[in-house]
Amino acid sequence: MSEKILQVSNLSYHYPRREPVLDQVNFSWFEGERVALTGHNGAGKTTFFHLLMGLKKAKRGEIEIAGQSCRSEPDFLQARREIGFLFQDPDDQLFCPTVIEDVAFGPLNLGKSRDEALLIARETLASLGLEGFEERICYQLSGGEKRLVTLAGVLAMKPKALLLDEPTNALDRNARRRLIDILSGLPQAMLIISHDPEFLAEICNRRIELSDGKFHEQPHSAAALVG
Amino acid sequence: MKQHLEHSVASWRGQSLKHRASLVDRLDPRGRILLASLWALLTVSCYSIPALTLALAGSVLLALTARVHLKRTLRRVLAMDAFIIFMLLFLPFTTVGDPWFDVMGYQASYQGVEQAVVIFLKANTTVLAVLTLVGTLEAVVFAHALARLRVPDKLVHLMLFTLRYLDVINREYKRMRMSMRARAFSPAGNRHTWRSFGYLVGMLLIRSLDRSERVLDAMKCRGFHGQLFLLDQFEFQRRDSYFAVVMLIATSTVLVVEWAL
Repeated sequence: MSEKILQVSNLSYHYPRREPVLDQVNFSWFEGERVALTGHNGAGKTTFFHLLMGLKKAKRGEIEIAGQSCRSEPDFLQARREIGFLFQDPDDQLFCPTVIEDVAFGPLNLGKSRDEALLIARETLASLGLEGFEERICYQLSGGEKRLVTLAGVLAMKPKALLLDEPTNALDRNARRRLIDILSGLPQAMLIISHDPEFLAEICNRRIELSDGKFHEQPHSAAALVG
Repeated sequence: MKQHLEHSVASWRGQSLKHRASLVDRLDPRGRILLASLWALLTVSCYSIPALTLALAGSVLLALTARVHLKRTLRRVLAMDAFIIFMLLFLPFTTVGDPWFDVMGYQASYQGVEQAVVIFLKANTTVLAVLTLVGTLEAVVFAHALARLRVPDKLVHLMLFTLRYLDVINREYKRMRMSMRARAFSPAGNRHTWRSFGYLVGMLLIRSLDRSERVLDAMKCRGFHGQLFLLDQFEFQRRDSYFAVVMLIATSTVLVVEWAL
């Protein structure tokens, strides 16, 4: 049996003076699983991601990542090495002036030396077909390029699993195709928020719908499994 | 391939793309900052007109060596002069001293004119040297050089983030402004205009705050724990030593003139 990446039990979260967005959610995630997380706007999908990364603190419940229970910031520091998070807006993630600096940012934080970090960054960029982007200036990239560079930034940390928050948002057809091809070739388990049914059908092998604060496992069609 | 954006609020490459390659470009940014500071310090501590004239000549020579874009640099120097022009014009009439000439019944003093000339020389010498040595650095390189000169991390981070997000915020402003125009908003001197601009600025602040939180979250997800690693390495080379020596000789010469006269 494949290894468990994370286990969430009875996880609850609510924003002040509002109905709970997550109400005693249970969820297990195994290696090799590419899970589509769907639900209407404001259902709490992004909030769920933030809770998993320790960016928001759960009101109640348990998060266990790689067998380690995560409660406080130090626990999550370790967890963030295991799971990479691709933000919805690439501009939130790309904060360095040049592409190479941004991709090397994660490895440097993991304690790699300057040269190692640069090497990893170059390799990661090359593996995504982004050779020659090293010295490009982040804010002058196109939307599709920004998306791929942020993905490189996350992959450079060599995570076991990926959280993708609407990765195909605002991409044109070519950029979207390129991203789908890259994602299908990656070995990592993925948890994907998206409102793009074709994309999800092509990438995912498990479906969960979030509504009324609960996770609902959806039957998975054979066609999507093949894709 | 590097790409340039010239007319953005945040000009990444500073003046570096607006002039032909020169000796100064190849100098160590740290050395350039230190020597520009030394030159500025020297200039503000001099009071004799011959010494300051010499210093200004030095700055001009430096600007010529650096092959700065003349028009751009002059425009910047003049912009600074515009700030002090009124002070310079009024100084001769407000300083007490030996009378020199009259303008419409107001008496200008000899000492006042001297003061005005001294201030004019000091200001132009300093600004020209700083524009030449520091202004030709890319903004980001400047920030990194400051970090290497042990300027506190927090300040350097502030500068780097300002540089990175100025353009994002500017675009956000433009988008909102455009959507206002699209709904037939045209500024006038009335309450509606001021309230709308108030909302605009307020919304810009809120959005910036939200974005800063998201940026920090994204950084945390990639293992950030308070320390930014800067990738570029500066090397202090032989040409930097030569340049430093030349600048020190120039400094001493100005000082000798200052003390001798």
